[in-house]
Amino acid sequence: MAGIDHAPPPFFKRGPAPLALLTFYIAISLAIFVLDLRFKSLELLRQSIALVVDPVQRVAQTPGSLVDYAASYLQGLRALQQENNELKHNQLTTAPNLQRLAQLEVENERLRKLLAVKEREKANGQVTQILYTARDPFSRKVIVDKGQQAGIIAGQPAIDEAGVVGQVTRVFPFSAEITLITDKDQVVPVQVVRSGQRSVVFGLGNGQLELRYMPANADIQIGDVLVTSGLDGIYLAGFPVAKVVNIERDSAYSFARIFCVPIAGVENFGEVMVLDPRKALPPAPPETLGRPGSSDKPSLRKKKKISGKER
Amino acid sequence: MQPTFSSSRILLPVRPWFIFFSLIAAVLLNFLPTAHWPGMPDWVALVLCFWSVREFRKVGMGWGFMLGLLMDVADGAVLGQHCFAYVALAYTAASLSRRILWFPLLQQALQIMPLLLATQLLQALMRLAVGADFPGWSYFVGPMIATLLWIPATFILLLPQYRPVEQDPNRPI
Repeated sequence: MAGIDHAPPPFFKRGPAPLALLTFYIAISLAIFVLDLRFKSLELLRQSIALVVDPVQRVAQTPGSLVDYAASYLQGLRALQQENNELKHNQLTTAPNLQRLAQLEVENERLRKLLAVKEREKANGQVTQILYTARDPFSRKVIVDKGQQAGIIAGQPAIDEAGVVGQVTRVFPFSAEITLITDKDQVVPVQVVRSGQRSVVFGLGNGQLELRYMPANADIQIGDVLVTSGLDGIYLAGFPVAKVVNIERDSAYSFARIFCVPIAGVENFGEVMVLDPRKALPPAPPETLGRPGSSDKPSLRKKKKISGKER
Repeated sequence: MQPTFSSSRILLPVRPWFIFFSLIAAVLLNFLPTAHWPGMPDWVALVLCFWSVREFRKVGMGWGFMLGLLMDVADGAVLGQHCFAYVALAYTAASLSRRILWFPLLQQALQIMPLLLATQLLQALMRLAVGADFPGWSYFVGPMIATLLWIPATFILLLPQYRPVEQDPNRPI
C-alpha cells in the first residue's frame, strides 16, 4: 500500500496548469500596473530594462534619421542659402532688442537691488536632441539624448526657441523622457501677458491646451499670450506657453471654456533645451499659526477678497 | 507542430533559435520609426500569437510576459499594460490552437482577428480606466492589418520547417 500513489507517475514533465499560470501572470501584471501608476516605485526596474532596450531602439531609429539626413543633403545649396538668408534677416530684426538685453538685465538687477527685491534667476540649461517620440498612443512624450550621465533630473522644464515644450518626467542613464505640455492633464502655471491674470493651463491630449477655472466673465481675449508665472518652483517666469484661440462663454456654467495652442513647436522634432532646476523656494509659511480655533472660513473669505481684487 | 487538414506536407520540427530570432525581429520591427504610422500592426503580438498557436509548448505566457515588459519600457507606457495583454493573448491562442489549426489559412486569419483586437482593446481599457485619453479609432486598425498579415506571416515563419519537395527515394531512411 505504501508504494501506491494517488497521482499518476510523472511520465511527462508538464509544469503548472495553464489556468494557474495565467492567474499568476495576470496577478503580477496587474500588481506592477498599479505599483507603477500609483506609487511610481518601479523606476529601478524600468531603468535597468531601458539600459538594454535603449541602444537597440536608437539603432532601430537610424534608418529613419539616415533618410532624413540624405533628404536634407540632397535638398541642395539653394535651399540652404535661402534658409541662411532668412536666418540672417531674422537675426537683424531681433538685433535691436538683443543688443540692449545685456544692458537691460544689468539695469534690472541694479533696480531690484535698490528696491531690495530678490534677484531674478537666470536661465541656464543644456541643449538636447530629440531622438524619437514614445510609441505609447495614450500620451504625448518624447525621448531626448541626455540622461543621468549629463546630470538631468526629473522635473526639469524643457523649452525650444519659441516657448515651453514640456517637462522631464523620467530619467534613464543615457536618455530622458519629456512629457509635452499637450499631454492630457499636464499642468503649467501661467499668467496672461495683457492683464497679468494668473491661472493654470491643462493639456487636452489632442494638441491643444485649456485654460481652466477662469470665470465666465474673465478678461481673456482671443490672441492673448500666456507666459509661465513662475509660481510653482519648476518653470522660471516669463517663458511663452500658449496663445488663446477659442473662447466659449456659456452663462449656464460658471467657468468659461478657453482653448489655447502651444507657441513652441511642441509636436515637432528637433532640439530642445533642458533648463537647470530652479533654486528651492523658501518654505511656505504655516497656515493657521497663532489663530487657535479658527476654522477654514475666515481664510476662505480672505482668498475671495484677494481674487476679487485681482479681477 | 500540426499541418492543416488541407496540407499534405509534413513539417520538420521547429528550431528553438528560430522562434527566438523571429520574436526579437518582431520587437525590432516595433521599434522602427514606422510604428507611428496609423494602422501599423503590433508585430510582437502577431508573432507571439503565431507561435502560441503553433508551438504552445515552447512559447507561452512566460514569453508573453517578458516581451510585454520589454514593450512597456520601450513605449514609455505604464508597466504591466502590454504584459497583461500579451499573457492573455498567449493563453487564449494556446487554448484555441487545436481548433484554429484545423481551418484553412483564410479562416484561421478570421479567428485570429478577435484575439488581436482583444489584445489592443485590453490595453485601451486598462489605460482609459486610469484616465488616459482615447487614442482614436486608428488604434484599432492595426489588428485588422495584422489579421491580413497572418497569411504571409504563416508562410514566412514556417519556411525553415518545410521539407524539400523533391526527395531522394534512395535515401537510407
